[in-house]
Amino acid sequence: MKKSTNGGMNADEFAAIREELRDAVPPLGETGHGTELRRDLWPDMLRRLERPPVRVPWFDWALLATAGAAAIFFPALIPALLYHL
Amino acid sequence: MELLERFAAGDLDAFESLFRQYQGEVYRWVMRIVRDPAVAEDLTVEAFWRAHKAHAGFDPENNFRAWLRRIATNLALDHLRKQRLYVELPDDLAAEQKPDSAVQQQMRAVLRKAFAELPPRLRIVAQLGLVEDETYAEIAEALGISAGAVKLRMFRAVRVLRKKLQRLGVHA
Repeated sequence: MKKSTNGGMNADEFAAIREELRDAVPPLGETGHGTELRRDLWPDMLRRLERPPVRVPWFDWALLATAGAAAIFFPALIPALLYHL
Repeated sequence: MELLERFAAGDLDAFESLFRQYQGEVYRWVMRIVRDPAVAEDLTVEAFWRAHKAHAGFDPENNFRAWLRRIATNLALDHLRKQRLYVELPDDLAAEQKPDSAVQQQMRAVLRKAFAELPPRLRIVAQLGLVEDETYAEIAEALGISAGAVKLRMFRAVRVLRKKLQRLGVHA
């Protein structure tokens, strides 16, 4: 950290863990691997904007409503339904 | 009309200008968290898409960069949560091949595993603060929490990491 305190932990222990961590997981800024964008993402953005929103088909809503109504009017069906799920 | 006002009004050209201005910065930030170029690209696009979707609620007086970074950080955090159980850090990015002893290599592998197993909200703070050397203020702004909360999470991350290493028989 550029400015840090260690929250009460022994400073040497904190620093040791940090150094070992940075050795195992090197900062990308230092390794230089993959930190820069390799290509313009605008075409991907346009495709994402054009993608139609996910819509739940009317049949699924009807099925859900039927199941809900069945559970309310025939509660004895619930264990049977759970058994078959 | 200012660029941000046009964006808030739903102007696609303004959105494109902002996209081109900030795509590299968002990508680099997300990349530091997820450490996978393909995932970072996807999350960058997704962050901008969410920003575009929420354009009407954006106040042009506010800081667009900070707002966008927070969206991207939350997406990256969600990604860490999803991948947590079965994915370790990619080897090619996580560690350079160093001519070290087998013991040192094994130590690094154990540490990477322990790090990947940290709870995502601790891991993201440790990743940005301990590994990437970002300031508390920067991390706090990106996560929408206080600098004090960042310090606390970092301390907890180190403590959890130390315990995990001790359990695995590694002295740290």
